[in-house]
Amino acid sequence: MPDLNNKHLLSRREYISVDKIEGPLVFIRNTHPVGYRELIECIDKQGNVRLGIVLETSVSTVVAQVFEGTSGLTLPDTRVRFSGEPLTIAVSKEMLGRVFNGLGQPIDGGPPQRSDIELDVNGMAINPTSRQYPRDFIQTGISVIDGMNTLIRGQKLPIFSGNGLPHNELAAQIAKQAKIRGSDTEVAVVFAAMGVKHDIARFFTRSFEQSGVLGNVALFLSLADDPSIERLITPRTTLTLAEYLAFKQDMHVLVIMTDMTNYCESLREISTIRGEIPSRKGYPGYLYSDLAELYERSGMIKGYKGSITLLPILTMPNDDISHPIPDLSGYITEGQIVFEREMDGRGIYPPVAGLPSLSRLMKDGIGKGMTREDHPHLASQLFAAYSYVKDVRNLASVIGEEELTPLDCKYLEFGTQFEQKFVSQRQDEQRNIEQTLDLGWEVLRSLPVEELHRITEQEIEKYYGG
Amino acid sequence: MSERIIGKVKRVNGPVIEVMGITNAEMFELVRVGNENLIGELIKLQTDSAIVQVYEDTTGVAPYDPVYGSSMQLSVELGPGMISTIYDGIQRPLKTIRDISDIYIKRGITVPSLDRNKKWHFTPLVKQGSKVSGGMILGTVQETQNLVHKILVPPKDSGVIASIVPEGEYTVDDAIAVLKENKTQGSKNLFLMHKWPIRLQRPTNKRLAMNIPLITGQRIIDTLFPVAKGGTVSIPGGFGTGKTMAQQAIAKWCDADVIVYIGCGERGNEITDVLTEFPKLVDPRTGRSLMERTILIANTSNMPVSAREASIYTGITMAEYFRDQGYHVAVMADSTSRWAEALRELSGRMEEMPAEEGFPAYLPTKIAEFYERAGYMETLSGQNGSVSVIGAVSPPGGDFSEPVTQHTKRFIRCFWALDRDLANARHYPAISWLDSYSEYLNDIGSWWQQSANPDWFNERAEIMELLHREVRLQQVVKLVGPDALPDTQRFILEVCTLFKNAFLQQNAYDKVDTFSTIQKQAKMLHIILVYWRRGSEAIKKGITMVNLRKMKIYQDVVRMKFTIPNEDLSGLDKIEARLERSMDQLEALHA
Ligand SMILES: Nc1ncnc2c1ncn2[C@@H]1O[C@H](COP(=O)(O)OP(=O)(O)OP(=O)(O)O)[C@@H](O)[C@H]1O
Ligand SMILES: [Mg+2]
Repeated sequence: MPDLNNKHLLSRREYISVDKIEGPLVFIRNTHPVGYRELIECIDKQGNVRLGIVLETSVSTVVAQVFEGTSGLTLPDTRVRFSGEPLTIAVSKEMLGRVFNGLGQPIDGGPPQRSDIELDVNGMAINPTSRQYPRDFIQTGISVIDGMNTLIRGQKLPIFSGNGLPHNELAAQIAKQAKIRGSDTEVAVVFAAMGVKHDIARFFTRSFEQSGVLGNVALFLSLADDPSIERLITPRTTLTLAEYLAFKQDMHVLVIMTDMTNYCESLREISTIRGEIPSRKGYPGYLYSDLAELYERSGMIKGYKGSITLLPILTMPNDDISHPIPDLSGYITEGQIVFEREMDGRGIYPPVAGLPSLSRLMKDGIGKGMTREDHPHLASQLFAAYSYVKDVRNLASVIGEEELTPLDCKYLEFGTQFEQKFVSQRQDEQRNIEQTLDLGWEVLRSLPVEELHRITEQEIEKYYGG
Repeated sequence: MSERIIGKVKRVNGPVIEVMGITNAEMFELVRVGNENLIGELIKLQTDSAIVQVYEDTTGVAPYDPVYGSSMQLSVELGPGMISTIYDGIQRPLKTIRDISDIYIKRGITVPSLDRNKKWHFTPLVKQGSKVSGGMILGTVQETQNLVHKILVPPKDSGVIASIVPEGEYTVDDAIAVLKENKTQGSKNLFLMHKWPIRLQRPTNKRLAMNIPLITGQRIIDTLFPVAKGGTVSIPGGFGTGKTMAQQAIAKWCDADVIVYIGCGERGNEITDVLTEFPKLVDPRTGRSLMERTILIANTSNMPVSAREASIYTGITMAEYFRDQGYHVAVMADSTSRWAEALRELSGRMEEMPAEEGFPAYLPTKIAEFYERAGYMETLSGQNGSVSVIGAVSPPGGDFSEPVTQHTKRFIRCFWALDRDLANARHYPAISWLDSYSEYLNDIGSWWQQSANPDWFNERAEIMELLHREVRLQQVVKLVGPDALPDTQRFILEVCTLFKNAFLQQNAYDKVDTFSTIQKQAKMLHIILVYWRRGSEAIKKGITMVNLRKMKIYQDVVRMKFTIPNEDLSGLDKIEARLERSMDQLEALHA
């Protein structure tokens, strides 16, 4: 039996072959006792080092996944070292303005990243008693978000989209326009790309460049042609930097992660190779917990100035919101912005579906002293009316518009106005909250006043009449 | 800390650890793993090997690491100091952990569940020489302004009190009495607290009938689908349909003495929300802060999965302990699906044979065991107490045919089904009046009739019938439009819309609307039925629906939930009188 007391020495020991390679997994037998989730280094024939992590350890065999993939590795010529520690990354404020791969290594041709602060990429669970309940309004300048699905600093609010829909445009627009009124804390964007194509990464870079914020953005790119296994670590390195910037450097950090669907698929891949019992659609039973480990890293902490606002983007396979990826995300995040293909087809940007979209933290961040006193009731009334519009449209499609009652016709008119004037806006258009709310009242005027059950008489007098 | 090594780590697979070379260990023993002393529980025992589930992150645990035994099952500490406290899934106090750790929960932290330094004022109720048995009351501690904590003889002990301390200040580990045991004739110290294993139901004398409702202040619940004290409820619903909101509303306003709120695998911010909001809210029954009757258990989704599995048992054991003191306790479990998924994950890592959707075959047994711990009981000391359990279920894709929803349905008696369409239309609470049911109706009917409305049964039946007729009429409307219906039938649609807006929808964020006393609920229902009865007569006499709707009083009926405070319901009498008068006038005008 090897000497158990000197993990440090053992960590330098090199094993000169592996016993099995299966997909991104390597199996090594007869090692010294290796710790669960320890970082490993696989050295291929050419001497290139690939990083990996221990998924399972036992007295006989260690199973590890290699982030850079196993292609080109051979059983006899692969050497393995165990570091004795989990995967860490060196973090610093100088990482803003730079581009990294999924493991946090620079790929922009600049100098290597140096720092004394090395953090475990897995993070740790925030004690719920340390959290600060988020309630500060972020103005995105986008009416359907600010007015109806308000984004709050420290919130995790995903975009549920579909292939070919303008989710990247919306995310970029939010990153560009997001403002917190009356706040002077520094703002940074940390961006993670998982399995997306080069042109999407380029789109974001250009958009940050044009708005002059690139110096405050750190990009972590694990693109479509990078090994799919690297995607599993990308959001973790990204969030580790975000935590450092938010809670050690007092910055407000907006984290954009795209596309979470690719991340989940990589997770499924590993799970299948390991022969785990799948739950729905082949995804592992721990997908919920795994996503929660990521999403729950957002938020605010008592006594700290910074915050992490999380905007994950995911494409719903087949536009199906009940697919495990959007479904489990929805169970973890604090609301969701849902895109509707049909609205996109009608040329409405952003094509945000009125009813399934929701911001759960909105209630504490709007109203008097935060946005405007009429905001809560106005939003509630717009929701109620728009939901009735959907019923009327269904009815009209059966019996024909001519057969509708005069009141229902007014609702149809309201629906059109709401979508064309309120929801729809240009990609470079920035509306402040007053403009958004005023627009809301303007479209509500297509309805008779008796229909406005959710609005007080004073509000009707002050805003509806005008 | 015990130094008894019971074995060494053989294999690590996430939170599941195989241990080899087992010498002496017992099933469900609390163990410590590795040099960081991670907390675990022994859940499978073979001749010389065992499986341990670890309640903390196992990063770094390696083969040959030692596993220490404690000679004790995974237990909770029961005694003064639990109220207003927030614990993790294995009863570690999270505020204390924050004070010694930092914003994150570090691993291997050991802190006692109950404060060892705090002194409590104890008043003995038994004397030297008293014969006592398990569950009897030794004395009392005033834990909060409104809660007298009764100090119990541990359930399995009995004997004669050899000595007892005088009234005074004691900590939870000061011996307050010496018991000469019947069984062994030995002496045993008794304390303000005792320990109890979380997986073992606490004994009672017997189960009693459940005929008193747990009043929640939520109109659709109390009036249409009530739950009895000691009852079991399931709230299933897809994401964002309102499970947490409903449970929080009940935790705030229901008429239980103690609330145990278990955040099982859900969001950190929701726990923070409770922590910031509850202390500020005033319990209408006692005038004190709501936190003074609440125990929080938080094992959020990013905390270790195995502790999530334990959190449910930790919570219900605490609830049983307060029940044994003669209190009515309500347990909120949000969400039992996350607990079931934890079972699934652990089972998978132990390579057990899966049944449906990867869940282990023993899932239904575990669900049944959990809900069995609810009930209205006669306690060992002869008092009445109850544990009501309200469990949220989060079905994947919002599809109720999945295993957790289906199996839960077998063991509960009240079902509040949340409806995606209602939630999308912002009709809250989105409890479906068509898919929900309560099997407690008949049991608690007479209580309702005595306490709020002698006509409750009939009025409830009347409105339920209208709601069911509405569904059929809506089907017709969807095909041919509302104009095709005669006014008498359209009026049914109209009344149902009014009932949904004015009664069923209840805004949790509105100060007045957030809860309604049963008296207010009964009156509101009655007013809507007056509108229905008088209105349909009027329509038969030729008055149109437009005329009815134009009555000024109509708007007052729509808004009565917001405008009439619970403390003074005279406004509702006035609305009713004015409604009758407006109807009279309308009919007079028409005649
Ligand atoms: N009674 C209510 N009054 C006002 N708003 C409500 C009410 N019930 C639900 N809501 C709204 O619905 C949102 C979602 O509710 P909630 O968080 O309870 O959902 P959930 O079913 O617990 O979802 P998940 O399964 O994802 O945790 C809330 O943030 C709130 O905006
Ligand atoms: Mg919830």
